Amino acid sequence: MSTTTVAHHDEHHDDHPTGIMRWLTTTNHKDIGTMYLTFSLVMFLVGGSMILGIRAELFKPGLQLMNPEFFNQLIGVHALIMIFAALMPAATGFANWMLPLQIGAPDMALPRLNNWGFWILPPSAILLTLPFTLALFGVGDGALATGWTFYPPLSVQGGIGVDFAIFAVHLLGISSVLGSINIIVTIYNMRAPGMTLMKMPMFAWGWLITAFLLIATIPVLAGAVTMLLTDRHFGTHFFDAAGGGDPIMFQHLFWFFGHPEVYILLLPVWGFIPQILQTFSRKPMYGYKAQVYSLWSIGALAVVVWAHHFFTAGMPVPALLYFMYSTMAISLPLAVLFYCWIRTMWKGSMSFETPMLFTVGWIILFGIGGLTGLVLADVAADAQYHNSYFVVAHFHYTLFAGGIMGIMAGVYYWLPKMTGHMYNEKLGKTHFWLTAISFNVTFIPQFFVGLAGMPRRIPDYALQFAEFNMISTVGAFVLGLSQLLFVYIILSCVKGGKKATDNVWEGAQGLEWTLPSPPPYHSFTEQPVVK
Amino acid sequence: MALEQAQVAANKKLALKLVWIIAGALLFAFALVPLYDVICSVTGLNGKTNNTAESASKAVVDLKREVTVQFVSSVMPGLGWNFYPKQSSVVVHPGQVTTVMFEAKNITSEEVAGQAIPSVTPGKASAHLKKIECFCFVRQTLKPGEVKALPLRFFVSADLPKDVQEMTLSYSFFPASQ
Repeated sequence: MSTTTVAHHDEHHDDHPTGIMRWLTTTNHKDIGTMYLTFSLVMFLVGGSMILGIRAELFKPGLQLMNPEFFNQLIGVHALIMIFAALMPAATGFANWMLPLQIGAPDMALPRLNNWGFWILPPSAILLTLPFTLALFGVGDGALATGWTFYPPLSVQGGIGVDFAIFAVHLLGISSVLGSINIIVTIYNMRAPGMTLMKMPMFAWGWLITAFLLIATIPVLAGAVTMLLTDRHFGTHFFDAAGGGDPIMFQHLFWFFGHPEVYILLLPVWGFIPQILQTFSRKPMYGYKAQVYSLWSIGALAVVVWAHHFFTAGMPVPALLYFMYSTMAISLPLAVLFYCWIRTMWKGSMSFETPMLFTVGWIILFGIGGLTGLVLADVAADAQYHNSYFVVAHFHYTLFAGGIMGIMAGVYYWLPKMTGHMYNEKLGKTHFWLTAISFNVTFIPQFFVGLAGMPRRIPDYALQFAEFNMISTVGAFVLGLSQLLFVYIILSCVKGGKKATDNVWEGAQGLEWTLPSPPPYHSFTEQPVVK
Repeated sequence: MALEQAQVAANKKLALKLVWIIAGALLFAFALVPLYDVICSVTGLNGKTNNTAESASKAVVDLKREVTVQFVSSVMPGLGWNFYPKQSSVVVHPGQVTTVMFEAKNITSEEVAGQAIPSVTPGKASAHLKKIECFCFVRQTLKPGEVKALPLRFFVSADLPKDVQEMTLSYSFFPASQ
């Protein structure tokens, strides 16, 4: 893509409030992006320490550290935090920072909405975790203990933690719906002259589809948890069999949102991974059109496969077969994507800086996540593996490796652009190897205990699983502690370091690399023209 | 940097259109509730049985076939009862009218009412389990410590799909308001 750019080095209009007011009142896409990313990093550590509690309890069979109720609370809140407060805000943070730069827009389309969208997040994170603190003072019996899925009848019988979680989900939902509106409008209305849809950076495509999935499915989740709330307090019987309702219906409503949610978490990553690949392979990405069409087909298939999450809840055979085949069909466009990613590297002049290491590691580990997903999609096999640790290992290969490690690749890729400093390459590579190895040490044993029949979400287990769980716990602690290195690398990069050039990476393509590092507070006030 | 007036107007217009999609999705979530009920009552997907009395005269007995009907019971939280089937399963011919007994005991010191909710697995068999008389047709009230025998008279209709050799009838007793 060839571009003509106007000089941006004049830093006029750079006035903004300073101190805390700058962050509270800002409508600047870069400030808001930074806040999203910071919030996400903090919540990543919060959610991570919760799961270290779980792994510590599972180090040995029997109950050592906590009672089962608290164990259940940690599991559910860990998942909600990681999904809604760590992974999704990280992707939204990148969208805020990079979308306007990538499509040559001066800012996001709806800056005030943007500010509001972010500031809803911290209160909802507090709502989610407050019941833990309240329980210490004898109010209520702790946080949501149903797992993140809120299944009734358990969630109808649960304590105030469920109510807090319901309101938190409402707020988180509003926040991501607002973010999505903003992103769709930005992509449709704010592109630089000459940038047609099919010339857009892949990241914009990934986010566009994500945003549409969000506005189509988050309201369904909001509706479902609202019904739960009225069942709990206002005498309705949506999910209460005694009143003619059906608890299985909640599973349908929840997973109608929940399965697209998986792709909501991954599509933004699938957007910028090809950009990183082309940068460090020093050749254009392979199959741009094929990738765009694959992203769309995955987005479309995402909303028609939900019931594979509860094959064992009881369904007629034709429905089982339909959901099995449609789920497996998703692997076809995904295979096209994998082919394009590998083909982008093929015969490229590759170098392995930290972002590329994370990306290549991501392709391999996410591949394992995808393949184990095919096993679970098989109705007959799922009857055995459902609700076992095999499922836990599978979705951590897709969501930790496929989601968070992808986000980390993006962080290392764009950090020099955002801060103007190079991060410490040596530490970055160390962080990658520590993360990749300890991740596998944590989750490979979980495949085995899952296959052997260890159920998930249970604080105690049979003696035969002891060794594997011990290995898994050791891996988890190394994995958790390695992330402190990640925090240190980011902080020291923000503070200082070798000055980054405008282009940062030798093979970087795209409008964001035509701006100085860091970009001025207001960029592209004169839109660039894409030819 | 202020956006141009025309740009702001265009952005607002598109944003409002997207709000309609969101409203539609929210409406869809609530529309799924009646939709789900209709689909389930047509297909028997969720194992709900017809809760009206059938007459035994409709029964055609198929002596060549045998079906095992299993019984399970549960009591939901909030109801202080013991509740269990007197027999765990019976083997019947399709069309043959059978009576089985359940027993409930109120273990609290108060008079309580409960309502039994049936469910049949597999779902496709649910429409073929015909009840002539059932304690689940009405609300049951037990005095403190009272033990009550609860009869169920039923038959399995002869047009039960050939591949169903076993079915499970589950009763959950829910607390009912007086």
